[in-house]
Amino acid sequence: MARSLVSISDLRDDEISHLVELSRIFFEVNSREIPKVPTLRGKTIATLFFENSTRTRLSFELAATRLAADVLTFTLSSSSVSKGESLRDTAETIESLGADLIVMRHFSAGSVQLVSSWLDIPLVNAGDGAHEHPTQALLDAVTIMDHFKTGKRLDGISVAIVGDVLHSRVARSNVQLLSRLGANVTLVGPPSLLPLDLSLWPVRISNCLEDVLPGCDVIYMLRIQSERFSESLMPSIGEFSRAFALNSERLEMASKGAIVMHPGPMIKGVEITAEAAESPRSLIRTQVRNGVGVRMAVLYWLLGANQGRLESIW
Amino acid sequence: MLPENGLNSGHSYSTASEVMASADVKRVLSRIAHEVVEHNRGCTELVIVGLQTGGVWMAEELCSYLVEIATFPCVLGSLDISLYRDDHAFRPFIRSSSTDVPVSVQDKTVLLVDDVLFTGRTVRAALEAILDFGRPNAIQLAVMVDRGHRELPIRPDYVGKNLPTSRSEIVEVSQEGVRILKGVGNGS
Repeated sequence: MARSLVSISDLRDDEISHLVELSRIFFEVNSREIPKVPTLRGKTIATLFFENSTRTRLSFELAATRLAADVLTFTLSSSSVSKGESLRDTAETIESLGADLIVMRHFSAGSVQLVSSWLDIPLVNAGDGAHEHPTQALLDAVTIMDHFKTGKRLDGISVAIVGDVLHSRVARSNVQLLSRLGANVTLVGPPSLLPLDLSLWPVRISNCLEDVLPGCDVIYMLRIQSERFSESLMPSIGEFSRAFALNSERLEMASKGAIVMHPGPMIKGVEITAEAAESPRSLIRTQVRNGVGVRMAVLYWLLGANQGRLESIW
Repeated sequence: MLPENGLNSGHSYSTASEVMASADVKRVLSRIAHEVVEHNRGCTELVIVGLQTGGVWMAEELCSYLVEIATFPCVLGSLDISLYRDDHAFRPFIRSSSTDVPVSVQDKTVLLVDDVLFTGRTVRAALEAILDFGRPNAIQLAVMVDRGHRELPIRPDYVGKNLPTSRSEIVEVSQEGVRILKGVGNGS
């Protein structure tokens, strides 16, 4: 079984640091006149998405293309899954076709781990249910580091993660990664949208956004993932927005240097207003741009000669 | 497979012999600088690119000589070709961020600089890499030591010293001089 990236907890501290360093090398590659290197020529990378995606999928496919790998795209609606083919058979078919790595997204938590136990090739988790989305956390960490010029650490940076934490895989990966890098993370939302038992999480908790805003450097907004729940967890969307949406007035309450982030897709008018999302303090587009370089780093790390190991040959 | 130059921790070497001293290295760099000027009459701008890691100090020194004597402007850069190697299985690690080509190379003359020319595979990768920064008018190659054993049709334009070696030897180049380390096989 090859080395995969399923969860932030799969990564050691020195490996995180290596991925940050690699990401910056690929940012430089992406700034060139011809932003493409032949490093993974001859490798085939398959994207296996059982859930819709714009950013993550395009970002992985662009990352693979810029490393000169070939890309196989699986689309659920036109696949044999609709004829009843199982997840295992689908994954094994992609491996048999000759894919060297699978980037997978699925609506069930743990599914990527399960598939990786069946296959001999590496898997990269592009989001499994409400569990994890490790490449999103990596790109967020590098984006914050580069903005505040904190090198390869986030010591002393205060991050507020706001909104539907309960259903957010982005929050689960980010809480782990950002706190390991030294950031102070506060989760903000109504009690019904926060996980029940947070005693083991390295975070502070607040139910009031206004209380948290003056002390934070990063305001990280989350979308309400209404596709993941049917029960009523809040009185209404309007009620949620009145208390937790980031708008221009609330942005004024934050410290002068604070930045706005969002993993996308944004539902403008619900968790964030257009003015806040497009303000000069918003790094939302930088996140998307950095995503390509960070994913190039992950693909290079898992598929290059070191194959997810770190021992130095030199 | 041995790296082209530098020490490999997995091997031990019985003897080392010095073939160039520090003063020789300086004299050679100064001579190469004059040759570069002679060969590039009418050049509008020269981009001097040191290959990571052994070519970087050499490019810096060459540039400082050239700034004194050249009639054309010289720009200094560096290039890490790890991502372009055809044998990157043996060199999977790019060191810290180290590619810095500060200007476009479009329609300019590029001088690639490396310490040791061996199989030619590094230079092949460097040619591919530099073309991603634009289309230069010409690319030239300067090396301190040409040790033979070419596996590709590549020849240097400026050579510090032609040094016949066996494949098992290691050639070590620095500002302090050039040494040959005689291999006694794998130390492990």
